[in-house]
Amino acid sequence: MIDFINFYLIPGITLGSIYALGAVGVSMIFGILRFAHFAHGDLMTVGAYAALTAVWVLGIPALAAIPVAIVVTCLVALVADKLFYKPLRDLPTIYTVIASFGVALILRSIVQTVWGTDSQVYMTGFQKPMIFLDTFRVATRHIQIIVATAVLTVALHYFLNHTRLGKSMRAVADDPDLAAVAGLDTERVIRWTWIIGAALAAIAGVFVGLDTDVHTNLGWNLLLPMFAAALLGGIGKPLGAIVGGLIIGIAEEACTYPFFGDSLIAPSYKSAVAFVIMVLILIFRPQGLFRGRLM
Amino acid sequence: MELPGIAFYLVAFLTMGGIYAILCLALNMQWGFGGLFNAGIAGFYAVGAYTGAILTSARSTAHLGGFDLPIVVGLICAGLASGIVGWAIARICVRLKADYLAMASIGIAEIIRLAIINEEWLTNGSLGISRIPRPLEAFYSGRAAEVVFVVFVWLVVLVTFLVARRLQQSPWGRVMRAIRDNEEAAASIGKDVQRFRTETFVVGSIFMGVAGALSAHYFKFFSPDATEPLLITFLAWVMLIAGGSGNNIGAIAGALAIWAIWSLTEVVTQQLPPDWATRSSYIRMLLIGLLLQFVLQRFRSGLFPEKSPKLRIGREN
Repeated sequence: MIDFINFYLIPGITLGSIYALGAVGVSMIFGILRFAHFAHGDLMTVGAYAALTAVWVLGIPALAAIPVAIVVTCLVALVADKLFYKPLRDLPTIYTVIASFGVALILRSIVQTVWGTDSQVYMTGFQKPMIFLDTFRVATRHIQIIVATAVLTVALHYFLNHTRLGKSMRAVADDPDLAAVAGLDTERVIRWTWIIGAALAAIAGVFVGLDTDVHTNLGWNLLLPMFAAALLGGIGKPLGAIVGGLIIGIAEEACTYPFFGDSLIAPSYKSAVAFVIMVLILIFRPQGLFRGRLM
Repeated sequence: MELPGIAFYLVAFLTMGGIYAILCLALNMQWGFGGLFNAGIAGFYAVGAYTGAILTSARSTAHLGGFDLPIVVGLICAGLASGIVGWAIARICVRLKADYLAMASIGIAEIIRLAIINEEWLTNGSLGISRIPRPLEAFYSGRAAEVVFVVFVWLVVLVTFLVARRLQQSPWGRVMRAIRDNEEAAASIGKDVQRFRTETFVVGSIFMGVAGALSAHYFKFFSPDATEPLLITFLAWVMLIAGGSGNNIGAIAGALAIWAIWSLTEVVTQQLPPDWATRSSYIRMLLIGLLLQFVLQRFRSGLFPEKSPKLRIGREN
């Protein structure tokens, strides 16, 4: 049992936190702009590499480089919206999905051209895990990621429920026509959707680098679990996406635990868990756990 | 380059161009006829490639088979296997907005990739399948064999084109367009929207599988590294939109035009200074990504815009 907590549950929550931060953006963009944003993973990659450059140039630790990652990623997202998504906004949204697929490729090839394709790490060397009550061994980076995600979740909850902007976002996600008739500035809501989605993606990207390493496929590989998490939580429900991300992260790790003498699935099939959950949710409850929009 | 060299290059160009033309015609059935977004083209392509490779390659202890079956049997089974995968995913997703199918198609491509790498008894894992035959190999060799193969590929292109054109001109094709352009209106006159969408997705998946099998015969060897999945998916999309979605001639023209541009960018990036040479393939990807954006914004109807076939009402009787 202790083994399960130390080696499966804690890494699962860490992984889930990363999915959660990415899935918030996917869910909000799908809810407000009405399209599945295929470049979201590659926004994470951009954030991870922006932080890597700050670490190299300024010699600061990765966590201190997060503000740099956020600024760069937000700018990239806003520019991509202006150049590639906004011109297509009057067409059926599926055209924007295709465009975002192209943006994913553009972002990734820019990263590959500028930084090369070798994997990099923020810092080398072994970190001693923290030990609690002589039994729980938790890596420092896991604690950092989990605590930071918890703080961000509380902040996001406050923002969505108690600020004017947050309430307008929920209104646009629930019913865009009604929100427009009520005089909400849709363009402003869209701008802030990108800023919040991109900022959280940047943070998630840095966390991936902190947890494992920084490589050019980092974000694209996380796209499937992030989509699954956003669907599980319900489209347009950012807090649902956080729960969805945690469930998928924990499920992926727990499935490889030898509960009955043998692990439930081979570890090499771990990323299939997200897909299975996605398929089940599409069949049985397409609106998600928290009654998101069904489009 | 001397004349035989150019001719030889042209044959190689037309072979891959033909395989992409089939892929593009297949994508046209899904997107052009049905408005269904498929981001996992490479997955269906891989299912076809492996099915064809396992069925037609010589006996081997490294993987299932090979069964040494005729190539035509391999092509048909490749289409069937890919079609079954397409049917399963379409059944789940077609009742929802197209974005959901797009998300699930990424997942299906990922699962197929995982299975190919991990199920070594079936696919020989990352080592891949070798000794995949080409048609009429016993009778021709060298450059003659290349010519035979390009003719074979374009025969399959012709079959695909005829099927696509027949589908488009039939009442079935009219219903598909009606559903794509106004789902509620089509449903209100009693058309089973989900059934038609599933059908068009499956037919498209079948031909994607056939294209995959053809490429396995062309390379004579197929492994997970033989192709770059995103590149295939991506090029097929750029080709179809540039050529004209909804138009079968456009799909073929787009495939050849974009494949020519893609091949030319290789020539251009070779002229770059040496320290950029290692990065040339990423720059080519960047260019193709920008080309997609340009086509989407400025050139959406493509080289050959869609034309609805004429109705022949009243002439039958």
